[in-house]
Amino acid sequence: MKFRRLPFIAGFLFVPVVLYVIYVVSPFVQTVFYSFTDWGGFSNTQNFIGVGNYVRLLQDDIFLKAVLHNAFLLVLMPVVTILLALFLAFMLNVGGRGDSAGIRGVRGSSVYKVVLFFPQVLSVAIIVVLFQSVFRTDGRGLLNGLLIALGLVDPNKPVQWFNSPDLVLWCLLGVMVWSGVGFYMVLFSAAMQSIPKEIYEAALLDGASRGPTFFRITLPLLWENISVAWVYLGFIALDGFALVTGLTPDSGGGGPDHASELISNVLYRTAFTQGKFGLACAMGVALAVFSLLLAIVQLRITRRDRIEF
Amino acid sequence: MPNSSGSEFTRRQLIQRAAALAVLAGPAAGVLSACAGGGGSAAGPSGTVSPTNPFGVAEDAPLDVVIFDGGFGQDYAKYDIGLYSKAFPKSQAAFKATQKISDTLQPRFANGTPPDVIDDSGDNQIKAGTLVNSNALTDLQPLLDAASYDDPKVKVKDTLLPGVLDVGTYNGKVYLLNYGYTVYGLWYNAKVFKEKNWTPPKTWAEFKTLAPQIKAAGIAPWAHAGKYPYYMGVPIMDWVGKVGGDQVLIDIDNLKPNAWRVDAVKASLNAVLEMVHNGWMLPGTEGMTHIESQQAFLDGKAAFLPCGSWLENEMRKTTPAGTEMTLLPMPDLTDKDAKPYGTLRAEAGEPFIVPAKAKNQAGGLEFLRIMLSKDAARNFAQATSSLSIVKGSADSVTNSTALTSVNKAATAAGDNLLHYRSVTDWYPTMINEWEAATGELMAGRFTADQWIDKVQAAADKVAADSSIQKFHRDK
Repeated sequence: MKFRRLPFIAGFLFVPVVLYVIYVVSPFVQTVFYSFTDWGGFSNTQNFIGVGNYVRLLQDDIFLKAVLHNAFLLVLMPVVTILLALFLAFMLNVGGRGDSAGIRGVRGSSVYKVVLFFPQVLSVAIIVVLFQSVFRTDGRGLLNGLLIALGLVDPNKPVQWFNSPDLVLWCLLGVMVWSGVGFYMVLFSAAMQSIPKEIYEAALLDGASRGPTFFRITLPLLWENISVAWVYLGFIALDGFALVTGLTPDSGGGGPDHASELISNVLYRTAFTQGKFGLACAMGVALAVFSLLLAIVQLRITRRDRIEF
Repeated sequence: MPNSSGSEFTRRQLIQRAAALAVLAGPAAGVLSACAGGGGSAAGPSGTVSPTNPFGVAEDAPLDVVIFDGGFGQDYAKYDIGLYSKAFPKSQAAFKATQKISDTLQPRFANGTPPDVIDDSGDNQIKAGTLVNSNALTDLQPLLDAASYDDPKVKVKDTLLPGVLDVGTYNGKVYLLNYGYTVYGLWYNAKVFKEKNWTPPKTWAEFKTLAPQIKAAGIAPWAHAGKYPYYMGVPIMDWVGKVGGDQVLIDIDNLKPNAWRVDAVKASLNAVLEMVHNGWMLPGTEGMTHIESQQAFLDGKAAFLPCGSWLENEMRKTTPAGTEMTLLPMPDLTDKDAKPYGTLRAEAGEPFIVPAKAKNQAGGLEFLRIMLSKDAARNFAQATSSLSIVKGSADSVTNSTALTSVNKAATAAGDNLLHYRSVTDWYPTMINEWEAATGELMAGRFTADQWIDKVQAAADKVAADSSIQKFHRDK
């Protein structure tokens, strides 16, 4: 029978594999190919120029700045988001103790759950529009208006938020964490609920308080979810395109004076406004390599033994 | 956002950019999914050449037009397509309007199947320099030499305002027909000025006397779209040209070494910095979008706003009743300015192109010839409250203070016009640095010298980069 199983399986796989090759694999291959050419993007001719584009990348101040900015987000964004999500999930599920009712979340946790998940429902475009108003640089901005009303900020010198080279990356970080934390809170909540209650009850009987319960029981049992979340958040930190383009100054975003350039928006500008698709493809390849390295490194760091329950 | 129609940054744009990114950077690869080099033929079907059909349009060839859906809207294009269909009833002429010219059309260029006519405008325009670099455009000389639509004895080029072809000319060849005529300057609300008994300043000294009075009345003297520093770059460059004369701007455009290190540049930057340091800017304006700052101006929070003549049309829906938007040329900066009072930057904008690989190239040229007819030009002025490059296009429109003041200022300026290309369309990498430097200047983080160093370095970098095609102009 074995020889007939193979064509059977192949028959089912044929269509998806063809689609995958056309729409996923071939663009990858083409990008790598074009990254070795001087293709401008608006003609169907190009010259092969070897590794010229990659040499240019290493000498390109703005691209190197963008790599640093991405690294900043890559280090901080996942850590902050995960810690916050873990804290919230713990409080919602097992944080509310102090009486004899057993294991449950803090009072009103079902309401908090909805409130905290809400940002996840919003599309990135809406988030941009929302935070444009929050971080407006004049007195009509939500934050500036509040700070001025409280007398913390001089109405003639409102805070510049995205227009300040010192604040812009932190503001971006804040928006990213705000929009991401709800989803991971739900993810961790679900994982926490699948941890058998007996384990917590045993800890309770042994007199463990919230802290040790979290670090000795919850965290180890959630390790796998956390490592997956870390990889996903890493990808988001490497992207950031829509937020930078919509929220930061200068046409195409990335300002002020390149203080918030990310690889993705430098890539977009290089391709679509400067007409250097070859160079942009080289940036794309670099970004893909970073993403792969990130996944490998993070999965290795977080690899632990799996606990079955 | 250097475009004459002042496109608005919209949610849709953002979603599409996000989608474009999903393709571009997600797998960091997809840029090219649609870009496999394809074939494409230049010459399409052709008909018989006759006096009424100078390009030999094939009567049954379809016409494919793509319009930028921006400040001018799309009603005028509908009208022009109607005129074309009347002339060629058998042709299926149709247009599509989009805000994403580059995202939509780049794959079609790459495939060798571009549309026949494109209105290449907006924030997402394909930079003209890039297209010229790729030999992707049709030389428009045959159109200019053809008989005009209304009078066979007059050539098309003789029906246009003076100097309007300069902007679309690259190394001596006209590739872009900039259809709108845009005038730049300072805007003020004449109604407020009348109420407060203020006189619009003609010199920098007058401005400096007036500004403290404006501020004392609780109004900021100046607002600008700091988030997009291009808007503030325009008055800076206007003053450079006005103080230093044409040659300074020509040297800058031709990337002459140290072209930016001249007194005129410094004088202009120092004047702007003086306003910043005197606290004459609307608080927070250095981070505001064009829409936010323009609305603040219309709401009476600021007295002056630098912008192009698309302002009225762009803000029509939210302009308070009774506003009398009026355009003022840049004031004289010194008493020895090289150019007289009234000198303006007036330029043809909204570039229309016929791709070199258009299937119905003759039809594309014919469509532009129709757009330059008196009928189409009058309709454009009426529908958009804007001037077109056709002589006398707005003479019959009188119901707008803005358009009337623009018409008056342009007439008064005569030949005293300013041009600069390197920082508006020739060299995208330089535009980027020029904007960044201007943003820093307006935020008070740059001195005039730092601005000059940064922009000069960007110019030197472009000059030294052999992969960038250079342009040149003598006048």
